[in-house]
Amino acid sequence: MIEALQFGFMRNALMAGILVSIACGIIGTFVVIKRIVFISGGIAHAAYGGIGLGYFFKFSPVLGAIIFSVAAALGMGLVHRKTRQRADTIIGVMWAVGMALGIILVDLTEGYKADLMSYLFGSILAVPSTDLLIMLALDLVIVALVMLLYKELLAISFDEAFATVENVPVDAIYMILLCMIAFTVVMMMRVVGLIMVIALLTVPAAISGQFVKNMKKMMVLASMLGVVFTTTGLWLSYFLNLTSGATIILVSGAAYLLSMAVKLLLHRRPKF
Amino acid sequence: MRHVETTETPREVISVRHLWAGYDGEPILEDINLSVRELDFIGLIGPNGGGKTTLLKVLLGLIPPMRGEVRIMGKSVEEGRRYIGYIPQTVEFDRDFPISVWDVARMGRLGRRRLLQRYTAEDDDIVAEALRSVDMLNLRDRPIAELSGGQRQRVYIARALATDPNVLLLDEPMASVDPRVSASIYELLRQLNERLTILMVSHDMSAISSHVKTVGCLNRWLFYHGGKQLTPDMLEAAYQCPIDLIAHGIPHRVFAEHAPEEEEVQQ
Repeated sequence: MIEALQFGFMRNALMAGILVSIACGIIGTFVVIKRIVFISGGIAHAAYGGIGLGYFFKFSPVLGAIIFSVAAALGMGLVHRKTRQRADTIIGVMWAVGMALGIILVDLTEGYKADLMSYLFGSILAVPSTDLLIMLALDLVIVALVMLLYKELLAISFDEAFATVENVPVDAIYMILLCMIAFTVVMMMRVVGLIMVIALLTVPAAISGQFVKNMKKMMVLASMLGVVFTTTGLWLSYFLNLTSGATIILVSGAAYLLSMAVKLLLHRRPKF
Repeated sequence: MRHVETTETPREVISVRHLWAGYDGEPILEDINLSVRELDFIGLIGPNGGGKTTLLKVLLGLIPPMRGEVRIMGKSVEEGRRYIGYIPQTVEFDRDFPISVWDVARMGRLGRRRLLQRYTAEDDDIVAEALRSVDMLNLRDRPIAELSGGQRQRVYIARALATDPNVLLLDEPMASVDPRVSASIYELLRQLNERLTILMVSHDMSAISSHVKTVGCLNRWLFYHGGKQLTPDMLEAAYQCPIDLIAHGIPHRVFAEHAPEEEEVQQ
C-alpha cells in the first residue's frame, strides 16, 4: 500500500482527493440543506459547454469550465429566483443545452482530443501539480467566503423570508452560494468527472446530516467523510484496476446506504 | 370596514390604504384598508386562499402591492419593517435543519448587523433575554429538530422579540400546536401585548376570537370594524355562506349583496 505512494501521481491523487473533499463538505452541506441538488446538477453538466469552448478556442478547458459554470450558475439562479413557474423545466433545458454545446464545439475542433473523457468521468490519477494549486486556491476562497458570510448563508438557508425582512441581501448571497457551487464543481471534475459530481457533492453531507445537528459540525464531518471516500475509492481502484472516479462514487453510495441502515437501527422509535 | 376613530387614538403602527395585491396580475386582495394602532391585538380570520398570507407578505415587503399604500410607523415598508417581529408558519421549515435554538433566535439580530460584521456581546444578551421571556433559555443548545411544535413556536417568538420590534406579525401561530399548548402560547402573547402591538392571521376562528382584543374577517376583502365580536354578516361576507354564530345586535346584510361569485382563489 505504502509503495504506491512513491509514485508522484498517487501522491497528487491523494492530495486532490483531500482538497476537493474540503470544498465538497462545506458546499455540499448547503446544497443538501437548502435542497438545491437539481440546480447543482445543472451547473455541473452545463460546465461541459466550457470544456468545449476551451477546446474550440484553444485555451485551457479548465478555465473554460470555470467561466461557463459560473455563468450557468448565475443564469440558473436568476431563473430560479425570478420565474414563478417552470423554473425546474428551464434549468433542465439549460443543463442539457450547456452539455450539447460542449459536445458540438468539441466535434468542430480539429485534431486529437486527448483527455476529453477525463472531464466526464474524472482522472484523479492524472492531476498535475498546477491543478493542485488551483484547487488549493479555490478551497481558500470558499472557506474565506463561507466564514465571512456565515450568518447570512445560514439565514438564507434556514428561512429566506425572515432574512429578507431583516434586510439581508438575499439574492446576492444566493448568487454567491451558486458561484461557490460552480467552483466546487470544477474542482471535482478532475476527481470524479462532471457526470458524477453531484453524488460526491451530496453524499458526504447527506450522511453527515443524519448524525449531527449543527451546520458547522455537519460541514466538518462531511469533509472528513469525503476524504475517507476518495481515499478508499482511490486505493480500491488502484488495486482492482478499476476506473477511479466510478469507484469513489460506488464507495460513497455504499456508505450512504450503510448510514441509512445504521440510522434506522439507532432510531427504531416512530417519527414524530 | 372603517376603523372606529375616537378623539384620543393611540399612535398608528401599520396603515394600509386601498391596498390591492396578488400574483401575476391577479388580485387576491382588493381594496384593503386597515389601521393597526399601538397595543392593538388584532386577529384576522379567513378561509385558506383568502389572502391572509398575501397580506402579511405585503406588510413585510416580500411582494409589492399592485395598488394602494402601506406604511409602517409612518415609513415605507422597506424602512418600516425593521419594527416588525415576524413569526412565520412553522410548517414551512425543514424539521431536520441542523440548527440550535440559540442560532435560530440569534437570527433576530441579523438586521442590526451588517455584512461581514459579527454578532456582539450585546446581541447575545438580547437573544438570551428573548429566550428567557419565552421560557426557552434552558434549551438553548437543543437542535430545533428535537423540539415539540409548541416549543418551536416559542423559539420563533423569541427570534421575533430579539429584533426589538414594536409590532408582532404572526401567520397561523397555532398551526402545528395542539390545543393545550396553544392556550399557553396565547397567554404568552397576552403578556407580550402589554408592551407590543400584535397582528395575527389564522383560519381557526374559534381559538383566535377568544384571545384577541379585536377581530376581523379576510377573504379578498377585509371586514374589520375594530370590534371584539364577529358578526354573522362579517362571516357570511367573508366565507360566502351563512355561518351559525350567536348574533350580537341586529344582523344586517349590507355586505351580502357584495359577496362575489368568483371561483376560489388559489395561492
